Amino acid sequence: MNTTSKLNLDFTFVEKARTSAKNIASTTQEFIDQYTTTTIERTVCRLLGIDGVDEFDVPLPNVVVDNLVKAKGLTKGVSLYLGNVILHTNYSPQKIAEEIANGKLSLTEFPLKEISEIKAIINIIAQETLIKISQNKKKRQNLLEKYGDKEGALIYVIVATGNIYEDIVQAQAAARQGADVIAVIRSTVQSLLDYVPYGATTEGFGGTYATQENFKIMRKALDEVSEELGRYIRLTNYCSGLCMPEIAAMGAFERLDMMLNDALYGILFRDINMKRTIIDQHFSRMINAYAGVIINTGEDNYLTTADAYEAAHTVLASEFINEQFALLAGLKEEQMGLGHAFEMNPDLKNGFLYELAQAQMTREIFPKAPLKYMPPTKYMTGNIFKGHIQDALFNMITIMTNQRIHLLGMLTEAIHTPFMADRALSIENARYIFNNMNSLHDEITFKEGGIMEKRANEVLNQAYELLKVIESQGLFETINKGTFAGIKRPLDGGKGLDGVILKSSDYFNPFIELITNELKKGGA
Amino acid sequence: MGGGLYSTDKKDFDKNFDPTKIRPYGDTMNDGKVQLSFTLPIEDDGKAIVAAKQIAIKMGIKDPNVAFHTSLDKGFTFFVVYGSIIHSIDYTQIKVESIEVESMSIEEINEFIRDKIKRKLVFLGATTGTDAHTVGIDAIMNMKGFAGHYGLERYEMIDAYNLGSQVANETFVKKAIELKADVLLVSQAVTQKQIHVQNLTNLVELLEAEGIRDKVLLICGGPRISNELAKELGYDAGFGPGTYADLVATFAVKEIIRRTLNQ
Repeated sequence: MNTTSKLNLDFTFVEKARTSAKNIASTTQEFIDQYTTTTIERTVCRLLGIDGVDEFDVPLPNVVVDNLVKAKGLTKGVSLYLGNVILHTNYSPQKIAEEIANGKLSLTEFPLKEISEIKAIINIIAQETLIKISQNKKKRQNLLEKYGDKEGALIYVIVATGNIYEDIVQAQAAARQGADVIAVIRSTVQSLLDYVPYGATTEGFGGTYATQENFKIMRKALDEVSEELGRYIRLTNYCSGLCMPEIAAMGAFERLDMMLNDALYGILFRDINMKRTIIDQHFSRMINAYAGVIINTGEDNYLTTADAYEAAHTVLASEFINEQFALLAGLKEEQMGLGHAFEMNPDLKNGFLYELAQAQMTREIFPKAPLKYMPPTKYMTGNIFKGHIQDALFNMITIMTNQRIHLLGMLTEAIHTPFMADRALSIENARYIFNNMNSLHDEITFKEGGIMEKRANEVLNQAYELLKVIESQGLFETINKGTFAGIKRPLDGGKGLDGVILKSSDYFNPFIELITNELKKGGA
Repeated sequence: MGGGLYSTDKKDFDKNFDPTKIRPYGDTMNDGKVQLSFTLPIEDDGKAIVAAKQIAIKMGIKDPNVAFHTSLDKGFTFFVVYGSIIHSIDYTQIKVESIEVESMSIEEINEFIRDKIKRKLVFLGATTGTDAHTVGIDAIMNMKGFAGHYGLERYEMIDAYNLGSQVANETFVKKAIELKADVLLVSQAVTQKQIHVQNLTNLVELLEAEGIRDKVLLICGGPRISNELAKELGYDAGFGPGTYADLVATFAVKEIIRRTLNQ
């Protein structure tokens, strides 16, 4: 019997699965390294200090990158041209962006100076930005030390009024009720916008636009309530969609603590082109890694379309892949909120046992990761009384298996975005269970050769078999065949492919090298 | 058990069921008992209970009992209230456009199409507009279906195309023409600020502009969709939560036959 595993997991399979996933990720990484995208270049603009909008509300990073796209210069990277213009004009990047917006300047109008000179001037600005981000990271660490970080599960709730000021009322109330993490759900259209809206916003559908100003406003409100409660309240947003790395940069500037940041989610659930997403996720994860942000992956979503019992192994396989992509981007295991969910049909006999086995298995396979556990949604019916019990069962699994990021289920799931009272009832439910069953985890062992042990090993084996197939056929082909979530996506289909650009041999992006070096040093 | 749990009120109302005067039912006919919960933007103090009672009384609740109240935050209080509704309604006067078909089985539907329509039917489905929710359309269309009811992809006599979510109405209509779709299924989950109404209306306008509105059976579905709303917006039918593929397919094939006979 395996003494480290409550489920007697065969760790030789875990190792094999991990090796397979590593091969899948590194093969894909060779592809990623050859390309940049329009949003990556806009991110570089933001990181070099370009912000604001033109008279038509077009964000200046878009104005600058569009200018370079028209001149067919994006293959070398926007940094090269920005650096060159700085050498010629002594303007700041922001000033250059404004001049372009006013039609007074084009990025490619000056003859290229020495590459070493260009790199030198750009690296100075890039370093300043990275220092600013490091200071944010340090500030988070200081606050966590000052208040003491919470042990056990972090209670994660969403606010989604569409109005950032109303979101604050909801978020502060939730924090006082016991929430530890506030996620501001984005407006439903945002993932498909190829730009990031600007300024404070008060209108949205099913959520609130992610803008840097909204981040700043909510961060300030949560800092205030943290101080009042003597507990650090974390802020989460969504690094997904067509502007993945730009959102990461904005989050790094405004000290967000967590970001939804999946390698595959946009491809499967938003029909974003797979090349675009896979390239964007890498750079966005590098920024998140540097900023000390915990990423949340989106495997839970697979189970809203596929069956949670039958597709359990696809979740595990995807977690292995997400882990390897995260490592390649410089994220530490402690920053990997790998996702899974409580989504089995409530009518399934012994369903709770299978959910418990899955959660325990995931805990053991990724021991350092702050796992993100998602509540029932698919089988929430509008019967709020039953729903509250489904959420209670979900809460029990978290406390029995030490999940870290616990997204609370709402009794009114499938009816409306949460009312203040819904959140309060759900927080009360979770706190009751977490306190009442606090040490149950240490008291229980699972029956040798029992239902749970068999189930966990079966899922592990299936995940390994799947990873072997993906390894042999490649990740893109696997997505093409509909292996994840039962959704098929063609290689050149979906949105955003026109923003994918092959890098030239003299491509320059200062942040790739600077961040890679610092993360290797274990710095930042 | 403590005192006060059992109602000692004299039940001096008429306890006979009268379909012209129906009221909510607790444990005695016509007792009018309801439960409700709500939040008021006020402090949880002595005045709060009175405020909650007054709200309940204005809602037509007699003798409201604030069973529970608690502060949610500074200036917000949550209440659970029980009481008896003074109003009644006349059930005999209600006319609803409900879809009254008995679901046929997959085999029956296939057989029906083979016999009476004599060709495969094309069903095209999508969650349209900016809505990203696919659970509904997937439950109806995907092979696996939902809760043991297989989806339309499983039906031998149906060609089912699921375009997924966030499909622009223009794209949807284009695809409908290209595939010569017989039935269009539109799923809508996000209803904030009535966005679903705008989007559903826009689709009808586009179909009319393309001159194919009469050539297709147009059906919408979602957690907040009713048949009445659907009809009002110019759809042939609307299905709410708890609808499975077999019911949608049964309705569609019968409606197609009915229309063919009427022509």
